[in-house]
Amino acid sequence: MSAVVSIRGLTRRFTLKGILNGIDLDIQEGEFVALLGRSGSGKSTLLRALADLDHEAEGEGEYSVPDRISVVFQDARLLPWKPVLDNVVLGLRGPDARERGRRALAEVELAGREEAWPHELSGGEQQRVALARSLVREPQLLLADEPFGALDALTRIRMHALLRRLRVSHDPAVLLVTHDVAEAIELADRIVILEDGRIHRDITVNLPAEGEARRERFAELEEELLALFGVRSDTGVGHGERERAQG
Amino acid sequence: MNSLTAIDANAGSALTAPPPAVTARPETPRRAIPSSAGSGRRLGLEKASRFGWALGPFLLVLYWSVLSYTGFLDPRTLPAPWVAVDTAVDLVRTGRLQDNLAISAWRAFQGLLLGSGVGLVLALLSGLSLLGGYVIDGVVQLKRGVPVLALIPFMILWFGIGEVMKVSVIAVTVFVPIYVHTHNALRAIDIKQVELAETLGLTHLEFIRHVVLPGALPGLLLGLRFGVTASWLALVVVEQLNASSGIGYMVTLARNYAQTDVMLVGLIVYALLGLGSDALVRLVQGRALRWRRTLAA
Repeated sequence: MSAVVSIRGLTRRFTLKGILNGIDLDIQEGEFVALLGRSGSGKSTLLRALADLDHEAEGEGEYSVPDRISVVFQDARLLPWKPVLDNVVLGLRGPDARERGRRALAEVELAGREEAWPHELSGGEQQRVALARSLVREPQLLLADEPFGALDALTRIRMHALLRRLRVSHDPAVLLVTHDVAEAIELADRIVILEDGRIHRDITVNLPAEGEARRERFAELEEELLALFGVRSDTGVGHGERERAQG
Repeated sequence: MNSLTAIDANAGSALTAPPPAVTARPETPRRAIPSSAGSGRRLGLEKASRFGWALGPFLLVLYWSVLSYTGFLDPRTLPAPWVAVDTAVDLVRTGRLQDNLAISAWRAFQGLLLGSGVGLVLALLSGLSLLGGYVIDGVVQLKRGVPVLALIPFMILWFGIGEVMKVSVIAVTVFVPIYVHTHNALRAIDIKQVELAETLGLTHLEFIRHVVLPGALPGLLLGLRFGVTASWLALVVVEQLNASSGIGYMVTLARNYAQTDVMLVGLIVYALLGLGSDALVRLVQGRALRWRRTLAA
């Protein structure tokens, strides 16, 4: 394994979404890293820096990223004036671009919706189109900025399963920005916690494949992470909300 | 952290576990829900009728007919609608109306084409580059303040009194709304879509073709609607000031001979042309903007 992303002493000041204060981070080939943190902790800033979207930002440090990077945003960002398939293949080169686009849509279970307008799709379907648009480019690195943040809970669960499947078949390194602890545990190999623009903790997930062991490890990690954010998972706010969500 | 966390944490079990038994609660009073539609409040418009737009004009003609028929309206002030129809039939029979109409329409079309092209190119230059904006925008805003009538003497000086001058006057009038609305739409393109284009690695040309132009199309078409109307207005001005053919000339001639009915026909032709061309642009608008879901759609 070799690092596809390597960040050394990355600093960003005065950006809209927060600051970065000397970040060192490596991401291995095919590794799934979740970036967890409160709003303003700098997680989106880091992602935008790697995606080369922070033209105006001031800062130092260096990073290396692979050539083929795809970004999934919180909103699907489909061009409303293009049918679904045209959105997927936008900017894609090669004579078989449309065929590849079709296959990508089939992979996200949207075969048959190629000619639909984006506004005819549900939020989850739109986000699946965005996933297809990212993966059809066979990225070495997939940057995802709270991609499921705007979806309802049940759609999220389906999207998690889909993303896990797609990850197996495409094998990109993934950097997922999220503020959802469970999502991070569910999906990532490693969880990096950002606070005030610094890496606060770097936790290997090591989740057993299934069974009681998995549930135990999940609960243990969740408690640990929530504690880091000052929430106790067995009592208080977290618990009350859990009951409401299930009830 | 939030309510979603909890559900996600138990994703596996929530899906595999049997659904909780639904217990009947006989005591709960059941509220009858009216089965007929229309009981809810609807803020959007209802589905438009196809010929709904004709109601207003129809009422206007009806009102006019009643006034003429009852004699409240002196025919020297405004001839009756049926007189206008008679006169129009006569004018068509002698060929005067269609000959002049063809000439006028050709002028307006040329001016519209030229003006739209210039407006679009200027809007692109000024909307997509800072320098372009600095150079062009201020000049266009200055031009907006100058009425066509004031420009015509100079246009005659520069282009003579032939067709070139007439088409130029129309083009100069048309390009302003096209420019303003297109420029506005270009500058309003969502930064999110620009970011998307960057992450997809679009070239500058691809960006303009797939993101900028379609994004600005609603603005361009709105500008075109104003532009089409503006082209007829400019046409009237140039033809009545200085022409030996066209609808405007026909009207001017009729005025000299106090033929109110011919003047009236000219007026109606202008109105119908404006209405017709606007309907045409709206048709194009509907086709080109199928992807939008709006209040009126």
